[in-house]
Amino acid sequence: MLNRKDILGLKDMTKEEILEILETAKEMKLRIDDSSKRVNEIKGCSIVSLFYENSTRTKTSFSLAGKYLGATVQDLGVGTSSVKKGESLIDTGKTLDQMGVKIMIMRHSMTGAPHILAKNVSAHVINAGDGSNEHPTQALLDLFTILEYKKSFEGLKIAIIGDISHSRVARSNVFGLSKLGATVTLAGPSTLLGGSGLLGVKTTPDVKEAVKDADIVMGLRIQFERQKTTSFPDLAEYRELFGINKEILKYAKKNVLIMHPGPVNRGIELSTDIIDGENSVINIQVKNGVAVRMAILKLLYQGGQK
Amino acid sequence: MKLLIQNGQVIDPASQTNEIMDILVEDGIISKMEKNITEKADKVIDASGNWVTPGFIDVHVHLREPGYEYKETIATGTRSAAKGGFTTICPMPNTNPVCDSDIMVEYIKLKAEREGIVHVLPIGAITKGQKGEELSNIGKMAKAGACAISEDGKSVPSSGLLKTAMKYAKMFEIPVLSHCEDIALVAGGSMNAGASAQLLGLKGISNDSEEVIVARDIILAKSTNSKLHICHMSTKGSVELLRQAKQAGQNVTAEATPHHFTLSDDFITDYDGNTKMNPPLRSKKDVLAIRQALKDNIIEIIATDHAPHSIDEKNCEYEKVAFGIVGLETALPLGITVLVEEGWLTPLELIAKMTWNPAKMLGIDKGTLTIGKAADITIINPTETYQIAPASFASKSKNTPFGGFEVKGKVLYTIVDGNIVVENGELVEKLA
Repeated sequence: MLNRKDILGLKDMTKEEILEILETAKEMKLRIDDSSKRVNEIKGCSIVSLFYENSTRTKTSFSLAGKYLGATVQDLGVGTSSVKKGESLIDTGKTLDQMGVKIMIMRHSMTGAPHILAKNVSAHVINAGDGSNEHPTQALLDLFTILEYKKSFEGLKIAIIGDISHSRVARSNVFGLSKLGATVTLAGPSTLLGGSGLLGVKTTPDVKEAVKDADIVMGLRIQFERQKTTSFPDLAEYRELFGINKEILKYAKKNVLIMHPGPVNRGIELSTDIIDGENSVINIQVKNGVAVRMAILKLLYQGGQK
Repeated sequence: MKLLIQNGQVIDPASQTNEIMDILVEDGIISKMEKNITEKADKVIDASGNWVTPGFIDVHVHLREPGYEYKETIATGTRSAAKGGFTTICPMPNTNPVCDSDIMVEYIKLKAEREGIVHVLPIGAITKGQKGEELSNIGKMAKAGACAISEDGKSVPSSGLLKTAMKYAKMFEIPVLSHCEDIALVAGGSMNAGASAQLLGLKGISNDSEEVIVARDIILAKSTNSKLHICHMSTKGSVELLRQAKQAGQNVTAEATPHHFTLSDDFITDYDGNTKMNPPLRSKKDVLAIRQALKDNIIEIIATDHAPHSIDEKNCEYEKVAFGIVGLETALPLGITVLVEEGWLTPLELIAKMTWNPAKMLGIDKGTLTIGKAADITIINPTETYQIAPASFASKSKNTPFGGFEVKGKVLYTIVDGNIVVENGELVEKLA
């Protein structure tokens, strides 16, 4: 059981909490393909998702995770709701609170938006990505995937490559992996590294250096929607200097895992043969996402403190 | 009408006076300043143990009227000023409509006369509608009583246009007040670029976004030989640029706000909108540089950048939160608590930065306790300690990060032209 009201980021989670979620997700994963194993453990729980920013996999993943556990899941449909009439985030939250919603899942383009919601509602709030801050459930599913293949985090070398400064996935992974004893290196064009050096992990514009002896190579999507000005000349140059391909991967460990939070810009951050290659676990990550989110919903609903 | 202030520690930076004496005010004018005045007065204030200083002057406030009366009005803003010990305040022009014409200057002055309780000297915009395209009626505004021009809240993007404005304003002997910010470098940031922003996942505002414009404006003021005043200086690099210019003999001044000399960005640990201001709270190194610059008198003026906002504008998504905090009612206690108590400034130096120095910068006949001059006087208990209570502010808005701070120094009396507007820390005439 998780003794907390909200899941807003890995920055403020303990190692024990993270490991408990990963442990629970193991069993949850068995229920995805085998519907006979499903138990309506959170029957009666009303879940609403509020996505102020587009998403395919996270929203669907949460929705299915809730349904596999017997919860009622509803999407607010931000685009067609009162939000469009200018209702404030806090008012929207309070309205949903009154309707008996127990868990709110929120994605927002602004950093800290779920934190403001969480402060003002009695429901549990799960951050499904806020601005360039955190995406805790993505990082948890990444951690789950890594654990599945590597059995332990101690001493692992992880290279995260791409648009670091706009990446909430990179940040949540840094917080989580550091707590669990892995070593993270962040790599990308100097203009996309931001102030990530301040997070206490190694940063470099040299992709080869980052990939050297890596157990995990994680590519990140170039987030065109978050870039106010151009941070590199063009995609061709990016691909040539920072794209991950077979050549670069020679520097990594043989059994390196290739990960990506999706959606992928094929042929840009990762070459197509790598995406579809034998070291890639990108599709496994998606399945694990459902398992991890089931674990989070169950643990939060059953244990969460008000 | 005679008012006698007895036995106070009279601090007058203009004459470097710092001694116990009495002050007699007759019909709004200081008529005597000496020990043991025995004349009979209509009202006697015993100021034993208290400082008696010139009324404070704030060269940088936002009164929000007209256009944003839900945040503040001239009536509430001047009351907030009075409670903070200010007898003269200069509202920035970013109202709606923008204060960019003699008509607007006249309107604000008229409203202040009718509804305000302290002196209000409007600041005119540099360009029409603050659009950065064409000069506003700087001459007509100066004639109507504008004390300075400023684009406030932003920099004039065109160096050419700003240079013209500086040259033009010189004819009317009013200074240019420069808000220094290169918007392309700010790039949507909402707090200081640094470890705290990194931890919170917020986009950072780098020091260079301020410094490049400080450098530009100092250079333009030099080439036009005009009087430049830099608003809310917040970085070590800006201080260095100012120091160089002053050492080279240039006529340039700057202000620092109480929040920039008090708090650094590590104070921000969550998404509380009351910590968001522009310029942002900077690093510890910057804060120390600002304090040192105040001590070295490189920064001569303390101004509040009093920026009232409604609760809804502060309690929302951090990136959406309006920039700014109220400051009139916390300036003096923060000055005493941080600058005097920690040894950065003497009481006389602190008071100079809130009275005589801003008066000199604006070229106005205020900011001193002198026989024959208007009796704008503030009386302070420098030893009273208490907790800042935003709910008690006279300002319409309560947006401050200082709620609950333990501070020292309380304004007891504010006297404007011989009239007591604050007595024992409370407004004499409250709004209904």
